[in-house]
Amino acid sequence: MNVKPTCYFEASARTRIAKLVDPDSFSELCPPHLRHSSPHLARLNAPVAFDDGVMVGRALLAGHPVLIAGQEGKFNGGAVGEVHGAKLCGLLERALSERPAAVLLLVDSGGVRLHEANAGLIAISELMRAVLRTEEAGIPVFALIGGSCGAFGGMGIVTLLCTEVVISEQGRIGLSGPEVIETVKGVDEFDSRDRALVWRITGGKLRRVLGDATRLVDDDIASFRAATAELLGKHAERRLPASDLAALTEEHEQLSARARRYDTARDGRIVFEEAGFTELESVALMPVDDFNRHLEGTP
Amino acid sequence: MEQFVMTFPVGNRQSEIHPPRVCGVVSSGNLEVLVESGEPGDSCRIDVHTPAEGFRDIWNAVLGDFVERHPVGGVNVTINDAGATPAVVSLRLDQAVELFRSEKP
Repeated sequence: MNVKPTCYFEASARTRIAKLVDPDSFSELCPPHLRHSSPHLARLNAPVAFDDGVMVGRALLAGHPVLIAGQEGKFNGGAVGEVHGAKLCGLLERALSERPAAVLLLVDSGGVRLHEANAGLIAISELMRAVLRTEEAGIPVFALIGGSCGAFGGMGIVTLLCTEVVISEQGRIGLSGPEVIETVKGVDEFDSRDRALVWRITGGKLRRVLGDATRLVDDDIASFRAATAELLGKHAERRLPASDLAALTEEHEQLSARARRYDTARDGRIVFEEAGFTELESVALMPVDDFNRHLEGTP
Repeated sequence: MEQFVMTFPVGNRQSEIHPPRVCGVVSSGNLEVLVESGEPGDSCRIDVHTPAEGFRDIWNAVLGDFVERHPVGGVNVTINDAGATPAVVSLRLDQAVELFRSEKP
């Protein structure tokens, strides 16, 4: 049977979850008819969503039990408010008692929801701590990124705390978004309308070369599923060693070294060059398979 | 924001109880529709939350057409609107009811 591929970028969070996991295996926690929507948005006279822009639940993926969350990027840019954050934190807390094979976070978010900024900031810090606690308990946390909002602000930080990061070329990871940087520091610092530049700095291919992302996949849900299934298999074979202070300190040192190395870089080009991509113009057009083959062939 | 409830007598009660279903996303020009079993009697109750104020007549017409196309009694519909056009509302309602009915009781 020939199944038509479903674009990950365009799909809603509900569709992404439904097509990512084993058929009919998803059962939702705090489902929409319970109406856990944002009291802050309601007070501000802004539209609310029944699920506050994130769905959480249990599912099987290639037979592995997982806890899974999907952020809806089209609702307020997937931004994290109080209820939204509490649902994500609750899911990670549940992982400690249920001990799934992994927790999957389908990140599609610009960061903290400005309508409820204080509650959102607290939620992000709780979420960071929850991810580290889950990993410390030996349960891997995966971030999957391929939506229009990418993973920015607080969710960019949460993403980089995850054990595995699966990203498509369309996916992006960053802290301040390009528009924010341009507004604050001027167009000379970052021209947010130069899409090629934005992707050379925040996009999936650059994040894969830098090692922030552990898999680069095509923009269809089946490819995300295949990569996630492969990683679940890898982690089932070799349980995650409990993360400790020494490991975190070492990672910090590597990141500091990286920051020093690219201190004066104005563009992602130099990173691609050092990874052995000679024709820089063709990197953007290179199919994902060729890109991965090239990268994994690099010592 | 404007919130109002419109109840349409349908005279055709859904005999089976289906699990609730949600359809659509609250994003600009779009809406979210939640369909639940539950309204007693043969009427369809539609609860609308919309940021576009002053369009109650149009809502009445669009929702009236909907219950004519789908006479679903004993059903609650809740709408979180974000400025959808009448055509989008109609399509989304049709889609939501189809999803709701396709779900096994």
